[in-house]
Amino acid sequence: MTAVTYLEAIRQALWEEMESDSRVFLLGQDVGIYGGPFRVTAGLLDHFGPERVIDTPISESAMVGAAIGAAMLGMRPVVEMQFIDFISCAFNQIINFAGPNHYRWGQRVPLVIRGPSGGNVHGSAFHSQNPESYFQHTPGLKIVAPATVADAYGLLKAAIRDPNPVLFFEHKYLYRRIKGELPAANGGDGGSEAPPALGRARLARPGRDLSIITYGAMLHVALEAAERLAAEAGIDLEVLDLRTVKPLDEAAILATVRKTNKVLVLTEEQLSGSVAGEVAARIAERGFAWLDGPVHRLCCPDTPVPYSPTLEEAYLPNVDKLVARVRELASY
Amino acid sequence: MPKTTSTSPAAPAKPRRAATAPAKANTKANAKAKPPRPPAADRLAATELTPAQQLDLYRFMKLNRMVEERLGNLYRQGKVVGGLYSSRGQEATSVGSAYALAPQDFMGPLIRNLGSMLVRGVKPREVMMQYMAKGGSPTGGKDGNTHFGDLERGLVAPISMLGALIPVMAGVALAGRMQGRGLVALTYIGDGGTSTGDFHEGLNLAAVLAVPLVVIAEHNGYAYSTPTSRQMRIQDIAVRAAAYGIPGEIVDGNDVLAVHAVTRRAVERARAGGGPTLIEAKTFRMKGHAEHDDAGYVPPELFEQWRGRDPIERFERHLLGGGLAGEAELAAIAAAIDAELVAEMDFALASPMPPPERALEGVYAT
Repeated sequence: MTAVTYLEAIRQALWEEMESDSRVFLLGQDVGIYGGPFRVTAGLLDHFGPERVIDTPISESAMVGAAIGAAMLGMRPVVEMQFIDFISCAFNQIINFAGPNHYRWGQRVPLVIRGPSGGNVHGSAFHSQNPESYFQHTPGLKIVAPATVADAYGLLKAAIRDPNPVLFFEHKYLYRRIKGELPAANGGDGGSEAPPALGRARLARPGRDLSIITYGAMLHVALEAAERLAAEAGIDLEVLDLRTVKPLDEAAILATVRKTNKVLVLTEEQLSGSVAGEVAARIAERGFAWLDGPVHRLCCPDTPVPYSPTLEEAYLPNVDKLVARVRELASY
Repeated sequence: MPKTTSTSPAAPAKPRRAATAPAKANTKANAKAKPPRPPAADRLAATELTPAQQLDLYRFMKLNRMVEERLGNLYRQGKVVGGLYSSRGQEATSVGSAYALAPQDFMGPLIRNLGSMLVRGVKPREVMMQYMAKGGSPTGGKDGNTHFGDLERGLVAPISMLGALIPVMAGVALAGRMQGRGLVALTYIGDGGTSTGDFHEGLNLAAVLAVPLVVIAEHNGYAYSTPTSRQMRIQDIAVRAAAYGIPGEIVDGNDVLAVHAVTRRAVERARAGGGPTLIEAKTFRMKGHAEHDDAGYVPPELFEQWRGRDPIERFERHLLGGGLAGEAELAAIAAAIDAELVAEMDFALASPMPPPERALEGVYAT
């Protein structure tokens, strides 16, 4: 099997889920004729037709609202946000309609809202965001942020099959930068094998000395830092990829704390009110006895995402910043 | 183009002026919006409904009002946990429109559409238990008032954020078309709710996709305390349909037969693939926003005028005048409803409050 890009893995997953389940359909801006600005939906219109690949007006709230209505009737809509930043335009439908619906009156809303998130591509304030923390607060939602080709593929399938509203935050920096093979278990077979479960973290690198808990593009920063620290300082990092941001895999988080006794949470969000904060709080609450040092968070500062490369570099976590913070925590 | 009738001559109340006015005034478009005025004639619209069906409509309108009167009693006895919302004066709009739907159709009612829900088979006890937050309520005490749904009866639960149901019901209509169910989706919005972004986004998306959706805009004069003049600078909500390239209709919302006929036309058009329709029902909210609100901001003469156009009394005059029913028959209907409601209320009152542990259940579907 040949290696495919993270982007192609997403396209494959959409294709296969649409092929195997006639309830799955796409809604979004420029997803049909144009195939999406990143080409994630390229070729889908020709294959599945305009009834299942629907170009919509610039109406994020109506796109999500319509997906909610269709989901209630048993369809499996997948909504594309052209850039995930625009999900804020659908905030009400997501947090007030989709999220609480099952709790309020027992009606499931199986839908996926997916799109490119994240920075490091000089997209500035409105094409670089990581909005997961806005939504982690809302009961009833699930949030997935895949870091690998296999997860982009497998977790999107799992998200589409999940009976709940799932926000699927792809990282645009990874779209064409990483390649990998699709899992044989559910690759190219129309999705007959079960995809991985949502809500499970993955141990991306076992280690002894200190744990990095992360997700999305930051996983790759963590893995690179781990190689450097091993070579330069003899520090053996363990790296936990959360994969699902909500619900959090608390057991996996506590297991790595118990193993290494020092934790740094690395995420590409603004620091205040972040997912990293929630992870740190849970560790402080339930893993305190195992800690040999303070829980560190390496996130973005509390500013909008800046445009200029020098500013964005200052804004984003990177390998150098992580290595420095790990050395600090390791010597505590 | 919408069938815009000539608008009312003058509003009795002088609503507050908009803070700023555009320099150039198109007299028609920029005429200050006024609360709807009752039409002059008392005669109801022609109907295809049989006498038995008309009595059915009467029963539902009467049930609508009498359930709300019972709820009012429960509220004053402190048994309603939250707010209580009345649709008094708007029963014809709810009942007439819902009655135009087929069994396979779907509806997304708002807080003042109890009558629509009753037509779809909702039992008074369900609504009473909802308002009293009982464990036996359709939401098990998790939500209140008319905020519940049941797909078996084609009912989608609303959220409080107005306008949100329009895209959602557009999605129901879209899914129905994809599934070949031949269904029509119908939902409601108030004059105030038409100011939301979702009203525009939802209607526009529905129009572009030509899905079978009917939106009833209940123009009832006030959004909480805010008169229509502070929501829009047009007299008729229906003219907005032109902006979406869909038909807009204006109907006397206090004439149950007219509401039924216009909804029926729109539903049939939608079912035949003709796309959405926006129907404006001119009516009036005869109480405050909710039970706690005495509506002191509504000029008394407006209430007085609309009281003379009460949809139930008008329909009674129609039924009696047309020889469709006698006084005794109408009285018997009311008496039967009253007896039913006593039993429904006893049932609802006897339902226990939900067990506390239920508060943590059901966040996710499994």
